[in-house]
Amino acid sequence: MSQRLVNWFKFASPASFYPLAGKMWPWFAALGTVLAAVGLWISFFVAPTDFQQGEGYRIIFIHVPASWMSMFIYCVMAFWAAIGITFNTRLSGMMSSALAPTGALFAFLSLWTGALWGKPMWGAWWVWDARLTSELILFFLYIGYIALTAAIDDPRRADKAGAIVALVGVVNVPIIYFSVKWWNTLHQGASVSMTKAPTMAATMLWGMLIMALAFWMYSIAIALYRVRAIILERERHTTWVAELPEMQR
Amino acid sequence: MKPRQKRLAIILGGLAALGIAAALILNAFQSNLVFFFTPTQVANGEAPKERAFRIGGLVKEGSLQRSDIVARFIVTDTAKEIPVAYEGILPDLFSEGKGVVAQGVLGADGKFTATEVLAKHDENYMPPEAQAAVDKAHEATRTLKQ
Repeated sequence: MSQRLVNWFKFASPASFYPLAGKMWPWFAALGTVLAAVGLWISFFVAPTDFQQGEGYRIIFIHVPASWMSMFIYCVMAFWAAIGITFNTRLSGMMSSALAPTGALFAFLSLWTGALWGKPMWGAWWVWDARLTSELILFFLYIGYIALTAAIDDPRRADKAGAIVALVGVVNVPIIYFSVKWWNTLHQGASVSMTKAPTMAATMLWGMLIMALAFWMYSIAIALYRVRAIILERERHTTWVAELPEMQR
Repeated sequence: MKPRQKRLAIILGGLAALGIAAALILNAFQSNLVFFFTPTQVANGEAPKERAFRIGGLVKEGSLQRSDIVARFIVTDTAKEIPVAYEGILPDLFSEGKGVVAQGVLGADGKFTATEVLAKHDENYMPPEAQAAVDKAHEATRTLKQ
């Protein structure tokens, strides 16, 4: 173990992760702000009007990155849940709890912007097609995770229970992603995927990818910020927290 | 096996079991998860006969007729066709040659009376100039063939 270049297990301890997260989050926040500014500028002023939808299509610059993030964050939560159950690390549960509100926010944004777009384009705010329904279930999974972990007083037990929800719910993520392929849905298929060339104009694609990157940076920054608060709250009785410079007053 | 390897194995095994269960359930509910039926499926008798359902396909070019408030058009999947009558406001993206999903009942005469019409959008996003270029290219190949 000591021969390794970096001992990753060192950062599994809240006491050493707390200052590291403190150093990292401002960088991600700054990067996210810059990327969001560039992305929004491209989305509103550079990207051309769509041939069918006119200006209404510009919702994709928020809608698509938000949907991607909502699915990806759930996978990350499930990853930390698996690590937490396997290695019994305290930090994993804290990471999952720190990610859940951001994931819920993105799932909600995805549903909300989709509804705003659906009314003029499809002619309905909401339809019970496979894509929309599975994304709604994802939103409920986030809410369920938050509610369950908040309902149990002992943080270690709350983490265990939450980890089960995160792991069971992860089955839903591929269902959301492939729903438009597996079944006839009202929701259109993917414009951007790993297997084929994107079916959208280059500037539109760039705007969307930069917005997605901005959302990534935001999510990392806010999760690190939140995990610091959770660490302080849970470890407030320990000596290392008492010895922190910000506690010396 | 160390306890932590055992726990990891339980997680992976559990996820695999859950995945298989989900796949089986979704497979069993296949027909209920389908948002719409294509005209070919309707012709093969796969669509429900007694109750309302949705049909989906393309609006056939040149088939849209409006008389008063009733819009009549033909939904096609290029193999089979179904004539549809709809009383109400059509969505913005509704146009000939584009995707559509209509909810309603199929009459004994094979005509579909819709209570709701939704436009189905495709995954192509491009500026109007690019669409004009695509149309032009199509036009060119068509004249070449003739």
